[in-house]
Amino acid sequence: MRINMRKMLDNQEGTVTAIKVAGELGRRIRDMGLVPGTEIRIQGRAPLYDPVALRVKGATLTLRNNEADYIEVEVQ
Amino acid sequence: MIRRATVALAGNPNSGKTTLFNELTGARQHVGNYPGVTVEKKEGTYLYKDFQLHIVDLPGTYSLTAYSLEEVVARDFLVNQKPEVVINIIDASNLERNLYLAVQFLELGIPICIALNMMDVAEKRGIKIDVEKLSTLLGVPVVPTIARTGKGKQELMDSATRVVREDQKLAPLIISYGDDVDQAMVDMEKEIGAHAFLNDTYPARWIALKYMENDEQILSKGREVNPELAARFEDIVKKVSNHLQDTLDTYPEAMIADQRYGYIKSILKQGIVYQKYDQNRLYSSDRIDKVVTNRFLGPLIMLAVIAGLYHFVFTYSEVPVGWLEGFFGWLGDGVNGILPDGLLKSLIVSGIIDGVGGVLGFVPLIMFMFLGIAILEDSGYLARVAFMLDRVFRTFGLHGSSVMAFIVSGGIAGGCAVPGVMATRTLKSPRERLATLLTVPFMNCGAKLPIFALLIAAFFAKHEAMIMFIITIGAWVGALLVAKLLRITVVKGDSTPFVMELPPYRMPTFKGLFIHTWERTWQYIKKAGTIILSLSIILWAMMTFPGLPQKSVQEFENQRQDILNAAPAAVARQLEVTGNSSQLSAEARALKDQIKRLDYRQAEAALRHSIAGRMGTALETISRWAGFDWRTNIALIGGFAAKEVVVSTLGTAYSLGEVDPEESGSLSDTLAKDPNWTPLMALGLIVFTMFYSPCFVAVICIARESGSWRWGAFAMIFNTVLAFVLAVIILQVGTALGILVK
Repeated sequence: MRINMRKMLDNQEGTVTAIKVAGELGRRIRDMGLVPGTEIRIQGRAPLYDPVALRVKGATLTLRNNEADYIEVEVQ
Repeated sequence: MIRRATVALAGNPNSGKTTLFNELTGARQHVGNYPGVTVEKKEGTYLYKDFQLHIVDLPGTYSLTAYSLEEVVARDFLVNQKPEVVINIIDASNLERNLYLAVQFLELGIPICIALNMMDVAEKRGIKIDVEKLSTLLGVPVVPTIARTGKGKQELMDSATRVVREDQKLAPLIISYGDDVDQAMVDMEKEIGAHAFLNDTYPARWIALKYMENDEQILSKGREVNPELAARFEDIVKKVSNHLQDTLDTYPEAMIADQRYGYIKSILKQGIVYQKYDQNRLYSSDRIDKVVTNRFLGPLIMLAVIAGLYHFVFTYSEVPVGWLEGFFGWLGDGVNGILPDGLLKSLIVSGIIDGVGGVLGFVPLIMFMFLGIAILEDSGYLARVAFMLDRVFRTFGLHGSSVMAFIVSGGIAGGCAVPGVMATRTLKSPRERLATLLTVPFMNCGAKLPIFALLIAAFFAKHEAMIMFIITIGAWVGALLVAKLLRITVVKGDSTPFVMELPPYRMPTFKGLFIHTWERTWQYIKKAGTIILSLSIILWAMMTFPGLPQKSVQEFENQRQDILNAAPAAVARQLEVTGNSSQLSAEARALKDQIKRLDYRQAEAALRHSIAGRMGTALETISRWAGFDWRTNIALIGGFAAKEVVVSTLGTAYSLGEVDPEESGSLSDTLAKDPNWTPLMALGLIVFTMFYSPCFVAVICIARESGSWRWGAFAMIFNTVLAFVLAVIILQVGTALGILVK
């Protein structure tokens, strides 16, 4: 099932299928290692439920929810 | 023979780049700025065998695009300065992601040497890397290092100098980015060669690649050099882009990034990395995060850490600040005793010694603040603070990291905007940073507190705690709302993406902390010191010149004589003989007081006669709207030098002599009894003090940190206008409603 990264639950795992944004934001997301085929796991969320922290290739990244909206993830 | 060569250190943030730089250069380093921008440029020298290496620490970047200032600076340096070798520092525990930058260096075809850093961390995480094979497959030297301990340093320099010595031309790495992109790039390359299009600085293939990536910098350079060809190229890119969007629902730049990662994966797959555990297993750092960023515990811990930092900075720096104050006091007294009364003495004591003392008085504060922030930053905690608070600050167009600057500036009353403005350096997003450094001066710094104390004692003595609370909250609300206002007007623009890394917690190294703290403190002393000295002399001159005309000086002298003559001769004689007032008779003491009052009146007259006094008087026509008379105006003008000066100047203006800000009892009594003052006016003045122009030390820091004097001028003018409007509203509305009037 393909869902938007914002909808993922804490500790849920998945594989990135698409980054649906161009320009600076898209570039930054890709620079950090988030490209189609990358496996991720949601590590947790900040006290106000935004931003979200995720595990990517052994490192922890953070994204705002409205940035996670552009990332499509395949989950079980 | 000694050979000279330039070595650039490049790598991702948190890869240990700066640690390696410190390890190599130690104290032989110099921090400046890249021309025209506020990005720090760190340089140093390192002697290795017959080489004298000029080492440049490039800003940490993830990529070589042209989006952030750091990336542009790093890229321009590599392309224009052509360092003999680039040492690319790679975090071995994060190999795949770090290689993304390495691949881009290879695409650019510059001579690189890879330092595979943090081998100890990788080992602890059960990661084994076949270094030799990696080197063979990438075609560049790879040296394992542990920058924190200096391990591998010799081998690394050995490899780097070998690259310099061999001086081989490296052909740019050619990766396939998919048929459509490849074909277009081949076409463009031919044209670039034929027209010598930007070809003198960049390799042809790289220019084509940057066109495909829609790189702003290259695009605009292209339009300058050859608008006709540039337009044709942009057309080609557009066609490929449309085609890719129609067929594959992707963009050329995304395609290129995918292929780069694909290339990295294909290398790593050949048995380079052996991973004992699951890559995403939890490490101790993650376990710490479970507590430290926990929904309930996280904010509590953060409050404790912030309060701790605050306490550390402002309490422990009190002792050295006291020493400095003592020293300058002693120096002032000494000069006072040696030089005869007159202008020269006044210039040296009030202008120079007080001015320089004022600047150096901040030094311990700045040192402690940078040390505290360096600990939080190097340990990785600052990134967590940004993570937790981003939601709040983003609402106002700021960034999670803005909080530190606000706190240090006086978010908890009693900070200082100077280190606060400098603390914005930890913010990497330019617009958020500018909005932060323009609004931190609204916080209630330690120097504003005596003014509040004075006015509260005079008019709100019964509600002290409540008023202080309102002042603190008011400063935060004001600063955040103004930040929002700035972000939708003069510092307009989308928020910078928050995509960032939470680096694993690390123990800061002593050396790193020391270098970090010292270099920033020294920069402050050097840059601010010179400008502030000249400005404090100007302010001194404004409050001294022109002196009272001879006639009125004579009048005061005559009055003084009259008083002395009127007194019995024995009493007057007593005054001349003994200086110590405790030995005087009651009559003599009364006489002395009488003369002192006259002296104070003369000081008041002189102040009013000076340029500052005239300005204050001239401003009365406008300032009346807020209820400020010439006395308040002069005091506020003096407050531009340092807010501490407001209380003492107000004292002089009310003929009380220079009032000690710590003991302003007599002044507050005077204000409370003065029929011209109402509690409402006092409230207006409190608000005005909160928001008006930062002191000039802060203004200079704002100008320096924002990279433009215009922002310094903006802070002075905008803040003063805002403060005045607020003060007028308070007085006019309050008067109309009849509240807080006597």
